[in-house]
Amino acid sequence: MQVFLSIAVDALAYGMVLFVISIGLSVTMGLMRVVNLAHGAFAMIGGYIASYAARDLGLAYGISVMLAVVGTILVAIPLERFLYRRIYGAPELTQVLMTIGITFCVIGIANYVFGPTLKTIPLPAPLTGPVDLGFRTIAAHKIFAIGCGVAVALGLWALIERTSFGVKLRASVDNTAMAAALGVRTRIVYAASFALAVGLAAFGGVIGAELLPVEPYYALRYMVTFLVVVCVGGAGSIPGALMACLLLGAIDTTGRYLVPEYGEFFFYLAVIAIVWVFPRGLLGRAR
Amino acid sequence: MSAAGVPSPLSRTSSRRHFWQRDLVGIAIILAAALLGYVFVPDNLALLTRIIAILFLVLSLDLVTGYCGVATLGHAALFGAGAYAAGIAAVTFNITSAFSMVAIGALAGGVAGLVCGVVILRGHGLAQLVLSIAVIHLFHEAANKASTLTGGSDGLSGIAPDPILGLFEFDLFGRTAYLFGILLLLIIFVMLRILVRSPFGMLCRGIRQDPLRVSAMGASVKATLIKMYIISGAVAGVGGAFNAVSTQVVGLDSLSFTNSAEALVMLVLGGAGSLYGAFVGTIVFVWFEDVVSSANPFHWLTTVGALLIAVVLFAPKGLYGTAAALFERYRRRLK
Amino acid sequence: MSVILQVDRLMKSFGGLSVTRDVSLSVAKGERVALIGPNGAGKTTFVNLVTGHLKRDSGRVLIGAKDISNLNPMQRVRAGLVRSFQVTRLFADMTPEEHVALAILQREKRSGRITGSYRAMPEVMRETYDILDTLGLVALAQVPVSAIAYGQQRLLEIALAMALRPKVLLLDEPGAGVAHGDTFLIENALAQLPDDLAVLMIEHDMDLVFRFAKRVIVLAAGEIIFDGSPRDVTGDALVREAYLGSYADASSAA
Repeated sequence: MQVFLSIAVDALAYGMVLFVISIGLSVTMGLMRVVNLAHGAFAMIGGYIASYAARDLGLAYGISVMLAVVGTILVAIPLERFLYRRIYGAPELTQVLMTIGITFCVIGIANYVFGPTLKTIPLPAPLTGPVDLGFRTIAAHKIFAIGCGVAVALGLWALIERTSFGVKLRASVDNTAMAAALGVRTRIVYAASFALAVGLAAFGGVIGAELLPVEPYYALRYMVTFLVVVCVGGAGSIPGALMACLLLGAIDTTGRYLVPEYGEFFFYLAVIAIVWVFPRGLLGRAR
Repeated sequence: MSAAGVPSPLSRTSSRRHFWQRDLVGIAIILAAALLGYVFVPDNLALLTRIIAILFLVLSLDLVTGYCGVATLGHAALFGAGAYAAGIAAVTFNITSAFSMVAIGALAGGVAGLVCGVVILRGHGLAQLVLSIAVIHLFHEAANKASTLTGGSDGLSGIAPDPILGLFEFDLFGRTAYLFGILLLLIIFVMLRILVRSPFGMLCRGIRQDPLRVSAMGASVKATLIKMYIISGAVAGVGGAFNAVSTQVVGLDSLSFTNSAEALVMLVLGGAGSLYGAFVGTIVFVWFEDVVSSANPFHWLTTVGALLIAVVLFAPKGLYGTAAALFERYRRRLK
Repeated sequence: MSVILQVDRLMKSFGGLSVTRDVSLSVAKGERVALIGPNGAGKTTFVNLVTGHLKRDSGRVLIGAKDISNLNPMQRVRAGLVRSFQVTRLFADMTPEEHVALAILQREKRSGRITGSYRAMPEVMRETYDILDTLGLVALAQVPVSAIAYGQQRLLEIALAMALRPKVLLLDEPGAGVAHGDTFLIENALAQLPDDLAVLMIEHDMDLVFRFAKRVIVLAAGEIIFDGSPRDVTGDALVREAYLGSYADASSAA
């Protein structure tokens, strides 16, 4: 029972971090149909900025998080403007090559600037200790991560269902040409959702740093994890992504608890099995 | 080939001869380049030998990506399967004839091709890509954990191939390995030229351009692709086995995602969909890698990334493809 | 006359909307049948049900005596049911010669060969050029499809269908996208189809329909409302009601 609870809490925390990072990828892929392999690189950039701000500059955690989000978006804007715009609507292979090129560059630069070691992001005091829930104690940062995941999910839901931006976004996801014909300025919707996606990735990279440690190969290591969320959950679907994240979190955490030696092996096996069973995603619309 | 007007039966046979002439020119160029390398870079035959081994991987990738249009980031699985099979055959089962090792590598590559093909072709688009990445990681982890057979992360060493035909020993300077590689390369090249021109090769090109049209002709897209995957696996397996024979070690990096991605970069750099593109891309890339990483190893990944972006933006058909298109335009203007 | 294509009480609905309601028809060897109907009548759904691209809810499709209802599209082609596409689907980088040769090789189950070249197979080359000649495409035989005009691409679609030697040919709007003045090219090509081939043509262009078909079937709201000779179709009350207009409207809509 104890083990089961620990697994459940860890899986939930891991799944929520995955959700925060990959939901942006899901939205942009649903919208712009760009296979963006560099999404993890943005989460990594966020992690590096936060680590630098909090550890080297000694800034407060909250400010570091904000700096990370803003900084990553600033890095991403020129990339969107000069590189991504060239591959909207291009063949898949072209998109893969371009975004993997960006990933390699980011890894190389991160390795050069920050060195090959792990970077920690010091947590503020309230998040470091364990929290007693009565029946057991849980690390505070995990509760924080879960809370952030829930907040992001609710926030996105409200944004998409309740605001005029959300209406335009949904219209553009469903049918870009039609939305444009109805007067939605799709280019602005694109840019805004790209910024939102990158910002969320950076945010996820920071709050998840305890679970997905920040190091130069981060972007490659978790590439398949983020992609599989979109692939299984369905591009552009928030509930789908949430389900996929919880599922992947459960599989990964269980594997690491029960067969630590073969954890990664089982994770990839599970990924193949899931995609094999649902080649079109859990909700059957990912293409 | 693109002669306008009504072609007589005569011109049809002459265009057939034209094909063969081009192949002979190709063989001659490979031989000439091999000789030049042997004469002018004698102290770096190891690099040339490595280029040959990687060439098999890139040619193999060209078969599924360039000819069939399957985007995969897991192709090194086939190469690594061949390398480990040949290495394990030598170390554990004492099969040390170079030719047998290559044959075992080809077989293992073919089997790995079948497995990867069945898995990867299950999905389309993003799902296909995810499957290919998961497959290469899975192979990597499997080799890592099966350390009694594979040596795990230390790599598989102690591969000592016999002298070829009992006469040519694998010397310290890598001369035998180099010549052996050239021999294998020529054999594979000729076989692949025949393959891509065959009805099957034509069917594959059709699938790349419109799979629905192919199935509306009554051909099975999936069966065709899996067959190509097996052939491609055999070619990559030969490369892996040759790498095991020539370097006498097999490392986990042969089964890595990076290796797969780099092979794709080389293919696209040279130009996918033509065997010559694979040659150009591999040679330029590995040579470039050698220069850059000896100058500053830190910047290698950044350079690959930048190179990739540049190719996508400025030469989407690759070096060979762009040159061929320019040449074609020039020739038309002359007419 | 022996029936070669038989569609038996075919049903299909999407959600609550039934788009094919109890459609039965049969086409005999050598027959030239046109299937027409106003927009939204369910013609495309019907074609996709017959070719197997959509799963039927109930009913059967037979080629000769063979029930093909449970076969996938590729297997149906092998059973002798070949279709052409409303929007040309060809291999942009390949030449008409290669297209037709590939279709012939596929028909003869030789497309899986990994050695040799069709250029070295005299009988394949001869048949390829016979077909290209019939359709007046010889001059373009070695030009990549991406460089030839759309009208000629439509002809190549028909050439492919001929090369496959089907028992039943489904032509999905063969005239679509062809300039009105060039329709005669398509018409001439269709006239070259073998006499014993059963052809079911879906078409908007009424001129083409009337000149090609000996029998017309009208589909409206998922049901067959008329099956008879082209002479009677315009006078039929149900048909007039379905189109809510005259044949002149329909032809200008094509």
